[in-house]
Amino acid sequence: MIRAENIFKNFGDQVVLNGIDFLFEAGKTNLVIGKSGSGKTVLLKILVGLFKPTSGSVWYDDIDLVTANKTSLRKLRMQVGMLFQGNALFDSMTIEENIRFPLDMFTHMTLKEKTDQVNFCLERVSLSGVNKKFPSEISGGMQKRVGIARAIVLNPKYLFCDEPNSGLDPQTSITIDELISDITKDNNITTIINTHDMNSVMEIGENICLLEKGKLAWKGSKDEVLQDKNEVLHDFIFASPFLQKLIENSK
Amino acid sequence: MNLQLFYHFGNYILWLGQIFKKPENHGMYYKETIRQMYDIGIGSLPIVFLISIFIGAVTAVQFYYQMAGTLIPPYYIGYIVRDMTIIELAPTITCLVLAGKVGSNMAAELGGMRQKEHIDAMEIMGVNTSAYLVLPKIIASLLMVPILVCAAALIGILGSYIASVPVGLFTSAEFIKGVRSFCALQCIYDVGQSSHLRIYPHKCFMLSGLFCKRGKYRVGRGQHKSSSV
Ligand SMILES: Nc1ncnc2c1ncn2[C@@H]1O[C@H](COP(=O)(O)OP(=O)(O)O)[C@@H](O)[C@H]1O
Ligand SMILES: [Mg+2]
Repeated sequence: MIRAENIFKNFGDQVVLNGIDFLFEAGKTNLVIGKSGSGKTVLLKILVGLFKPTSGSVWYDDIDLVTANKTSLRKLRMQVGMLFQGNALFDSMTIEENIRFPLDMFTHMTLKEKTDQVNFCLERVSLSGVNKKFPSEISGGMQKRVGIARAIVLNPKYLFCDEPNSGLDPQTSITIDELISDITKDNNITTIINTHDMNSVMEIGENICLLEKGKLAWKGSKDEVLQDKNEVLHDFIFASPFLQKLIENSK
Repeated sequence: MNLQLFYHFGNYILWLGQIFKKPENHGMYYKETIRQMYDIGIGSLPIVFLISIFIGAVTAVQFYYQMAGTLIPPYYIGYIVRDMTIIELAPTITCLVLAGKVGSNMAAELGGMRQKEHIDAMEIMGVNTSAYLVLPKIIASLLMVPILVCAAALIGILGSYIASVPVGLFTSAEFIKGVRSFCALQCIYDVGQSSHLRIYPHKCFMLSGLFCKRGKYRVGRGQHKSSSV
C-alpha cells in the first residue's frame, strides 16, 4: 500500500501538482489517468522518490519516503520495480545481462541460480530464446516485456509502470496489461500504472485516479467509469470522434 | 552569483561523499573498472602514439638545426629530447589530449544515460549511481593515465631516434649516450605530475555529465562545458 498525502509540486512558477491525496492499494492495479501533460509522470516520479515534492508526504506502508535518509531509501528501493516510458534498457548489454543486473548488484547467488531466475522471469513475460539479443534487436512490445521482467526479477513489493502500452498496437497493449495485472494478483504487489489508454482503463482499472491540471478530478473503479456524470471524466473518456459517432447513432 | 558558487561547491562536496561510499558489490565495480581501463588505456593508445612520435621527431630535428655549428656535442640532443619529452611534453600534451578525448567521452556517456533514463532506472533499483558510474572511471584514469604518459615519453624518444639517426644527423651511439647521460630520476616526477594533473579535470567532466538535465540540447551543452573546463 502506498499513500500520497497532499502532494504539491512546482517547477519554478509552474504548478504541476496541486494537492494530490490518494491511496494506492496492495494487490490491485492502481491506474493514474489523464491527458498528456497533466502531471502523471511527475506524480509517479514523486512516488518512487526521483523527485522531491514541494510539500506533502508519500507513505510506503509505514515509511515516509520524503523524509527517509539515503540509506533506508536504497533499502526500500530494492523492493521497488519500475518500467519506464522509454524502457530504459541498458543498450550495451544483452537482454539476459539487463535482467540479471539487479541480481548481480544485490545478491550473492551463483551464476546458475541467477540464470535460472532470469529464465523464470523471461518465461513469466512469455519471452524465451532472446537471452543473447540486444535491446535494439527486438520489437517495442518485446522491449516492454523485458522491462517488466527486469522490474520483477528481485520480487518487488511495489511495481510502477509509466505508460506501459504507449506506442503499441491494441492487441499487444492488452497482453501487456493482462500480464501486469496477473503479476500483481499472483504476488500481491502494489502496482501503479500511468496510462491515457481507455482500453487499459476498462480492462484492468480497479482503482483509478484521474488527474486534470494537477488536481485529482475523479476517483473510482472501471465499473463506475461509464455511470459517473463527472464532466472531466466524461470529456476524457469520450474524446475520440469514433466513440462520439457511436453514441450519436445509438441515440 | 557568489551564493551560486557556494551552492555548487557544497553540492560537489556532498557528491564526493556519495562516491566514496562502500560499494554494493565489489565484483561489479571491479568489472566496470576493468572495462573503463580498457576504454581509456587501449582506446587512447592510437592518438597518444601519433602525437608523441611527432613531438619527439620535431624536437630532435629542430634542436639539431639550432645547434649546428656550435660547440655543443651532438649527443646532447639525445639528452635534450629525453628531458623535454619526459618532464614536460609527454605529460602535458598527453594529459591535454586525454582531457579532451576521454573527458568529453565520459560526459557524453553519462549525459546520454541521464537522457535515456538509465541513471534513473539504476537509482530505482537501489544502485548508488554516483559511486557506480564515477568511482570506476576515477580509478581507471588514475591507473591508466600515468601508464599512457610513460608510453608517450618512450614513443617520443623513439620518434626522435627515427627522425634523426637514419637520416644521418648523428650516430645511433651518440643518441643513446645522450639519452643515458645525467640523472634519469625525472621519470618518477613525471608519473607523479601526470596523475596529479588528471584527477581534477576528470571529476569536473563527470560532474557536468551526471547532472546535465534531460534533453539532447542539454547533453550537448554538458559535453561542451566539460571540454572547456
Ligand atoms: N523536470 C521538469 N522540469 C520542469 N518541468 C517539468 C519537468 N518534468 C515535467 N515538467 C512539467 O510538468 C508537466 C507535466 O508533465 P508530465 O508529468 O510529464 O505529463 P504526463 O502526464 O504527460 O506524463 C508538464 O507541463 C511539464 O512541462
Ligand atoms: Mg508521461
